[in-house]
Amino acid sequence: MIKNQGGTGVGKTSVEARQIAKHFGQGEAIVKALDNVSVEIGQGEFFTLLGPSGCGKTTLLRMIAGFESPTSGQILLDGADITPLPPNRRPVNTVFQSYALFPHLTVAQNIGFGLEMQGRPAAEVKDRVARMLALVKLEPMAGRKTSQLSGGQQQRVALARALAPTPKVLLLDEPLSALDLKLRKEMQIELKRLQTETGITFVFVTHDQEEALTMSDRIAVMSAGHLQQVGTAREIYNNPVNRFVASFIGESNFLPATLEAGKARLKAGGLVEVSGAKGQTGPITVAVRPEQVRIVAAGEPDALPATITNLVYFGTDTHCHVDLADGTEVVARLQSPATGDAGLERGGKVGLRFAPGAAQVLGD
Amino acid sequence: MARRSFSVTDLPGFSTVAMMVFAALYAPMVVLVVYSFNQGQSPATWEGFSLDWYRVAWANDEVKNATVNSLIIATCAAILSTALATLAALGTTRRKGFKGQTFIYAMINQPLMVPEIVTAVALLLVTAAIKKSTGYTGLGYLIVAHAAFCIPFAYLPIRARLEGMDLTLETAAADLYASPWQTFRRVTLPLLAPAIFAGAMLAFVTSLDDVVITEFIKSPGQDTLPTYMLGQLRRAMKPDVNAISTALLALTLVLLSLFYLLTRKKD
Ligand SMILES: Nc1ncnc2c1ncn2[C@@H]1O[C@H](COP(=O)(O)OP(=O)(O)OP(=O)(O)O)[C@@H](O)[C@H]1O
Ligand SMILES: [Mg+2]
Repeated sequence: MIKNQGGTGVGKTSVEARQIAKHFGQGEAIVKALDNVSVEIGQGEFFTLLGPSGCGKTTLLRMIAGFESPTSGQILLDGADITPLPPNRRPVNTVFQSYALFPHLTVAQNIGFGLEMQGRPAAEVKDRVARMLALVKLEPMAGRKTSQLSGGQQQRVALARALAPTPKVLLLDEPLSALDLKLRKEMQIELKRLQTETGITFVFVTHDQEEALTMSDRIAVMSAGHLQQVGTAREIYNNPVNRFVASFIGESNFLPATLEAGKARLKAGGLVEVSGAKGQTGPITVAVRPEQVRIVAAGEPDALPATITNLVYFGTDTHCHVDLADGTEVVARLQSPATGDAGLERGGKVGLRFAPGAAQVLGD
Repeated sequence: MARRSFSVTDLPGFSTVAMMVFAALYAPMVVLVVYSFNQGQSPATWEGFSLDWYRVAWANDEVKNATVNSLIIATCAAILSTALATLAALGTTRRKGFKGQTFIYAMINQPLMVPEIVTAVALLLVTAAIKKSTGYTGLGYLIVAHAAFCIPFAYLPIRARLEGMDLTLETAAADLYASPWQTFRRVTLPLLAPAIFAGAMLAFVTSLDDVVITEFIKSPGQDTLPTYMLGQLRRAMKPDVNAISTALLALTLVLLSLFYLLTRKKD
């Protein structure tokens, strides 16, 4: 199990999952959607669950909402065990991926639904609905049926509906995945604004790493029912704990090596400074981000000899693919003007260096 | 060039056969409707337009009595069977799959499969026994019997709607603090209402049309329109039967159009 780096980051714990396991089916056909997942989410935090399809993000979210009960483990909210409570007794609301707006109700009635079910007085409901409509900028649509709205507008109704009862936690399951790129960017900013304004804890599910990096206070990277790493965007990007995280968040070069007196002896030759070593013996993997790789003239001291195999132009960046002595491929991301000046060309012999602190020893 | 692999209209004579089938289905009804407005006594020769037979039928107390019976039975049976069918549809769609589910479906739809005459004889035996022991001879027997065979007609559209409904809507309601009952009242039921009305209409039409079961279990003086007409035919063919049939046809068409409008997918 991977330790939660830096606690919850922000003050008190809002939601806590304690050793949650969820199995579907039985016997041969058993699916372990979640396997012993523990995580603490802080109050007022924008917390993102990130991982590839089928890794159990939705399952964890449904467990917090109460739509699914765990095979074992507990869900706590503000320190109290809510595992046995049905969804309607949990002060937690969900924004569904399909929005799930009630087609027989108007926009205003949709937004007021939760408040009404809570038995709030009509005047309060009306007032709060008006404020939510203003918050998501949908005042002129109040009386419309939800089918008469665009995708982005429906999305905002779904948000307003879930926020109206002022839940302690808002759960969002890939809420932006049905929107086109432009609208998606707008909604990302909008969501972040709503979260800051309301101060509500957001638990956000996505499989888009860029979305996760730009929006989240902290990110939990999941794979195959396990939490791989929990931390801020920086922590996860700069200090990935394993190969999965390093390759899922951004791009990485992986170099086989062995440890030698705190430094890594690369299979391709050369001794490099590394961080994150925990006294491993035997073969290890060193990860280096492409933008941390420097191309220098061949034969410079401490530079690894390499041969350029390809140069790919990306506008501001150029990706320089090189082969090391043992055939390991490494990609360096260089700023385009630099490559122009350096006169790099395919087949050229160059030297390779890593920026200080860039080489990371990965766990398994 | 894109070409559909198979279109049924490519078959030689397809259109001809289709037209003939439609003609065979609808020509008799057209004749019936036309002759209900015939002036003379003859069922076979046209003697000019009149509403005489409608007047004759309407003035006939037996017809009036049968109409009232038909409407009472059909209304009660439709309400009863639709209520039960709604419960059955909820019971078979809003829960985890269970052992014997297919068997339950078969049981609910049993009236569609068992020959009606068998059901009629069975009901005759049972009602006769109950009549004898309780002395009650009201319309209750007919209402209950009609409700029973109307259930599948009400059940099918309701179940189809429930199965087609987006379950996340109910999940969303629960998420927004609605208790199970409130979820049903505020979300499931309003979305189901058109199907419930549609089911009730089908049940009503089915009850209105029934001859066999009614004929077997009715007590004296409990003729419905179909059994009354059957009785008339045994004596002499009178055109007022045409008029009554046409009126029934009109009512059925109205109800079926409503059914169509209600079950049609919006947008
Ligand atoms: N009701 C269920 N019955 C059986 N297996 C299920 C059920 N729900 C989820 N699973 C399985 O559990 C695993 C995790 O599913 P989950 O929906 O949580 O993934 P996810 O991370 O949300 O994926 P995606 O990004 O595709 O939405 C998957 O392997 C899935 O097939
Ligand atoms: Mg999912």
